[in-house]
Amino acid sequence: MELKMNRRGDDLYVYMTGELDEHSVSKVREEADSAIDDNAGLSRAIFNLAGVKFMDSTGIGFLIGRYKRLQKYGMDMCLENPNANADKILELSGIYSLMPKI
Amino acid sequence: MNEMQLKFLSRSENEIFARNAVAAFVLPLNPSLSEISDIKTAVSEAVTNAIVHGYRGDEGWIVLNCKTDGNSLHIEISDSGRGIEDVAEAQQPFFTTLAGEERSGMGFTIMQTFMDDFAVRSATGAGTTVTMRKDFGAKAEADAR
Repeated sequence: MELKMNRRGDDLYVYMTGELDEHSVSKVREEADSAIDDNAGLSRAIFNLAGVKFMDSTGIGFLIGRYKRLQKYGMDMCLENPNANADKILELSGIYSLMPKI
Repeated sequence: MNEMQLKFLSRSENEIFARNAVAAFVLPLNPSLSEISDIKTAVSEAVTNAIVHGYRGDEGWIVLNCKTDGNSLHIEISDSGRGIEDVAEAQQPFFTTLAGEERSGMGFTIMQTFMDDFAVRSATGAGTTVTMRKDFGAKAEADAR
């Protein structure tokens, strides 16, 4: 799993690429958190999931963890472009009520 | 009818190995992309549970049995770890025993939702076995009716 961060205007974009499971998530958790810390004060973080080829429920835990961190800074969180597999899990978990799909 | 058995250590790098092995095994049944992705997700959930909850970081064996039968795939995933104290409670959506570790508590719910049949047997101190079944072409047949 790899992350690429990109700041555009008042938004932090986080592009995720690879397979998101319990093994791969530990490598990117800190990386995502330090990007959030470095960009505290922006209005939102948008996680782009187009490159996520596989995701299980570990992904839900990961996204909620980042959501909580963003909340401390008063930042919103959005998701964009999940594939059909990820979308099915995200929908089932009800996570879109916390972080809408845009 | 075809069968296979895999036995591998409870290391997290084996999550991707296990789900891809099952996906490859089932290819002769011509599953759709969404059926393959359902199976991979369910296998990943069960194997992750064995590693994270069954063995809690200790090393142990996970045994994965697969059998195809007509248009169905039967999967059984077993560990010899701690076992689950209350299986009914563990199956509640969002229930987790490891709340501090960003666990979603959605694993069993996903296995139940993505597969056509699902059961858990567990004994404290002895281990856990998850059995699941996926029927292929079920949706296509229903649509054709």
